[in-house]
Amino acid sequence: MTNKTVLHAKHLESNAKMVDFHGWEMPINYGSQIEEHHAVRQDAGMFDVSHMTIVDVKGDDAKAFLRTLVANDVAKLTVPGKALYTGMLNHEGGVIDDLIIYYFSETEYRLVVNSATRVKDLAWIAQVSKDFAVEVAERPEFAMIAVQGPNAKAKTATILNADQVAAVEGMKPFFGVQAGELFIATTGYTGEAGYEIVVHNDDAADLWQKLLDAGVAPAGLGARDTLRLEAGMNLYGLDMDETVSPLAANMGWTISWEPEDRNFIGREALVKQKAEGVDKLVGLVLEAKGVLRAGSKVIVEGGEGVITSGTFSPTLGFSVALARVPKTVGENAQVEMRKKLVDVKVVKPSFVRNGKSII
Amino acid sequence: MSNIPSELKYATSHEWVRNEGDGTYTVGISEHAQELLGDMVFVDLPDVGDEVDAGEDCAVAESVKAASDIYAPITGEVVAINEELEDAPEQVNADSYGDGWLFRIKASDETELANLLDAEGYQNSIDED
Repeated sequence: MTNKTVLHAKHLESNAKMVDFHGWEMPINYGSQIEEHHAVRQDAGMFDVSHMTIVDVKGDDAKAFLRTLVANDVAKLTVPGKALYTGMLNHEGGVIDDLIIYYFSETEYRLVVNSATRVKDLAWIAQVSKDFAVEVAERPEFAMIAVQGPNAKAKTATILNADQVAAVEGMKPFFGVQAGELFIATTGYTGEAGYEIVVHNDDAADLWQKLLDAGVAPAGLGARDTLRLEAGMNLYGLDMDETVSPLAANMGWTISWEPEDRNFIGREALVKQKAEGVDKLVGLVLEAKGVLRAGSKVIVEGGEGVITSGTFSPTLGFSVALARVPKTVGENAQVEMRKKLVDVKVVKPSFVRNGKSII
Repeated sequence: MSNIPSELKYATSHEWVRNEGDGTYTVGISEHAQELLGDMVFVDLPDVGDEVDAGEDCAVAESVKAASDIYAPITGEVVAINEELEDAPEQVNADSYGDGWLFRIKASDETELANLLDAEGYQNSIDED
């Protein structure tokens, strides 16, 4: 059975080409994914991300529970609304999912997890929560719209009421605030400024239409993928999964090793992985013709690796990729493309920020 | 429902062929094919002067989604290529039967044209996919 978001009819109105995305019928594009990509880099675009799963965690043990559940440390969160990106690991140190946690108080948090991993995430969260005094509630009554791009905030402001405008005024990156009926966060998956807006299902189509009328271009999953890859952001299932250490997925910065006595799930395995050494996730750049594709073999100094995500970068005009390779990797590598070996440059796994190349 | 002009011939591998009336034949990919591939980002064409055999892969259309081989629908010599695609591969998406043409072949055996599909035959082949 295919799930549909409450914005399904709005997508069809905008001539979306719909595809199956892990059981959800979602727009891949509304004509041209490259034009949608440019709209986000140069102006403002919006994505229906209602398929993502919102989970609220409340209770006396909420903080202690999350300090066990995830590798980053929610104790870092002290200002209401502040968000944290983290991996949720299994006991072997593999990534069950990556997620964002919003802090409201030490007894109240909001998690946003991936849709493709919803069932196993909820099962894992339920299992771990058994030992804690917490209530875990999925919030399927909410839809979510991500508005992204250099003009995203200004265009969104034109459709908010005065109280909402005041609530988001000057909000720093990676914060969220409940503003009237909307939860508005300065998060995203594109490398641009903007908002992710949580809205009740009943009001979602109206909000989408207002954003359309304000000049925000609808953008599909195709553009979402090229944007996040240019920004060097991981996609769960491609760049990491349960068999991959966060240390080998450019997520080392999301692991809070201090304090040493915080025994989060996966810690023991990570300590061992760190001591033994793991592969690393790097960026690849191909300035010649051709497109780097996931699954291709990468030959580096000291061994072989694999491209985990690859695409044509519409902003740069050539192809970029994320690849997991042995630590011995140098500045150059070769990729097997259509039975030929092609030279590529090895760079940090991040290519574009705020519309500009950072290679 | 994509456009399939009735004056063209087609290969099951989604190339179209237009008779220019002077022994040369222009080749492109169908509107249906460009829809399947999505936004085109590179088009690798043969060189003028190349001899190609019917069924030989002689060009590559690379889109955001995949790299796809283009097969010569007929045997002959490549006498022209659409050099504009170097800078504007999106013409294949915007106008697959016009500005998005790929290359032109001087046929060495015009009886090969009989092996290609007409518009109706091509439509049927798509419907079977």
